[in-house]
Amino acid sequence: MENILVFVEHKAGKVKGSSSELLGAAKKSGATVHAMALGPGAKSLADELGALGASVAYVCDSENLKNYNPEAYLQMVSGVIKDKQPAICLAANTSLAKDLFPRVGAKVGCGVASDCTSLTITGSNATARRPMYAGKVSAEVVFSNSSTKIFLMRPNALGPATNSPGKKADLVDLPAPSTDLKTLIKEVVTGTSSKLDLTEANIIVSGGRGMKGPENFKILDELASVLGATVGASRAVVDAGWVPHDMQVGQTGKTVSPTLYIACGISGAIQHLAGMSSSKVIVAINKDKDAPIFQKATYGIVGDLFEVVPLLTAEFKKILK
Amino acid sequence: MNIIVCIKQVPDTESKIRVKADGSGIETTDIKWIMNPYDEFAVEEALKLRDKMADGSQVTAITVGPKTRATEVLRTALAMGADNAVVINTADNLDSNSTAAALAGAIKKESGYGVVFTGKQAIDDDCAQVSQIIAEYLGVPHSTVIIKFDLAADKQAVTLEREVEGGSKEVIELKLPSVVGANKGLNSPRYASLPGIMKAKKKEIKEYEFSSLGVAATEAKISYKGFQLPPARPASKLIDGDVATQSATLVKLLREEAKVI
Ligand SMILES: Cc1cc2nc3c(=O)[nH]c(=O)nc-3n(C[C@H](O)[C@H](O)[C@H](O)COP(=O)(O)OP(=O)(O)OC[C@H]3O[C@@H](n4cnc5c(N)ncnc54)[C@H](O)[C@@H]3O)c2cc1C
Repeated sequence: MENILVFVEHKAGKVKGSSSELLGAAKKSGATVHAMALGPGAKSLADELGALGASVAYVCDSENLKNYNPEAYLQMVSGVIKDKQPAICLAANTSLAKDLFPRVGAKVGCGVASDCTSLTITGSNATARRPMYAGKVSAEVVFSNSSTKIFLMRPNALGPATNSPGKKADLVDLPAPSTDLKTLIKEVVTGTSSKLDLTEANIIVSGGRGMKGPENFKILDELASVLGATVGASRAVVDAGWVPHDMQVGQTGKTVSPTLYIACGISGAIQHLAGMSSSKVIVAINKDKDAPIFQKATYGIVGDLFEVVPLLTAEFKKILK
Repeated sequence: MNIIVCIKQVPDTESKIRVKADGSGIETTDIKWIMNPYDEFAVEEALKLRDKMADGSQVTAITVGPKTRATEVLRTALAMGADNAVVINTADNLDSNSTAAALAGAIKKESGYGVVFTGKQAIDDDCAQVSQIIAEYLGVPHSTVIIKFDLAADKQAVTLEREVEGGSKEVIELKLPSVVGANKGLNSPRYASLPGIMKAKKKEIKEYEFSSLGVAATEAKISYKGFQLPPARPASKLIDGDVATQSATLVKLLREEAKVI
């Protein structure tokens, strides 16, 4: 039977959602699923990985893998791929995997398909599509000269996995990585935000130049907190220094595809649209009825955002409490 | 120190991307080309590092592409202040692995490279792979999505801040030489000055043929087929009425029609 290796990220003793999706898709294909998890806590995942469909889990709980170190992780992951020769390797397209896997691919002599939004697995083969030009087009990935096909899947692209508790993955211990490294992780500064990252958020409320100033973003924060949403922004307001650049949505910011994107005072420049037009539902609030954002919007309100947004917050509060 | 910066020419972000009739790729005939925006941060950081070293260090910009147009980005880098420029000429659409292999090949021919800067991602194929693969082929450490770059006092290492999910940051030290992928936030790229542009026009650009760099055909790992535009979005619904009605209607539609709340 065919072999799929799933690179699993975990936090606080639990498999991350973006990784469990991969296990779910791998299991559904009928292949033998092997997982790989690194860092302290990896060994406690046997039950959860088993329930998600992995028969075997390669683990190493070395303290030296607590934080992502590109060199140490490269050793571990390329070692397993070389040794086990899986037909397919899946990882979520996270900050960690985006940095790590291209180099893993080069080390093991295999291609890597970044940021895929669909995946079809049939036996030892798999095909995927991925957006390019920030989503202005998409195309099917074709691998050559690759004994293992490595796919990095965009979070939420595959949908939630089903869980069958009771099964346990067999743990296989991997030797700890070498400590003679040229890369040193000095510190990890954890963000203060308890909100999901824009790329993982289900709902995004975004503000543009129509917000008039940084102080007004609090009305978006209020709306976002009622909806459990993450706040984003256009480049115009990032460049003006109103909000940090990690909030920028668009071709030179983050590409997002939430179920609901609410654009407030954003004109809808092509570079902004590129980053968000794959959102399921788009709401535009803009006082200019000719703003290009309305062409992409599912629902539009032509009006002053300073009147509309607080009223919307109040309406959502009524139904969501 | 020879400071290398790898840059790519990409379609202007204003470009409407059109798909070829047979779906084999995109139409490039009417495209205006620009320097990949993330590479501007890479060039700026390279120039800043050179000026900080103030020891005769030089900045060398390298690009891979058809030399008839790809040299334009090198002229831009030279006009910004780069000292040298190298083009690796190829007519083909190379994948990340072959591109990085060619770049690493050309970089190895440069004496005494210390830091190799790249953008974190090119905004055409959006792969975000070349930086890390160059590091692999050079056998040196790397880090990407960098928003802060500091040279150690002994000039043997750099301390970087790398942006990750949720507003978190990783502080990383790499021994030199190393490869660094620049993100927005690292710096504010300078504009080319008029004298810079004039000077850049006269500079010689070193040329390699891709075929001369010993990159095997089997290094091509990824290609694409079936290019498509995204599905058209349903016509939008403008909501009428006074503000209170508009807001109430929108919430109702999101809940009952779109079912996303
Ligand atoms: C290389 C390059 C890369 C770029 N990358 C990005 C990117 O990644 N992301 C991005 O967003 N942009 C990007 N841009 C910039 C882009 O071209 C636009 O300039 C930018 O998106 C405009 O931001 P905006 O919509 O907030 O501002 P504007 O275009 O100024 O629009 C403001 C809108 O607010 C509306 N408005 C004003 N007051 C109110 C009010 N009281 N109530 C309701 N509506 C109001 C106005 O009608 C207007 O439509 C890029 C540009 C370049 C050249």
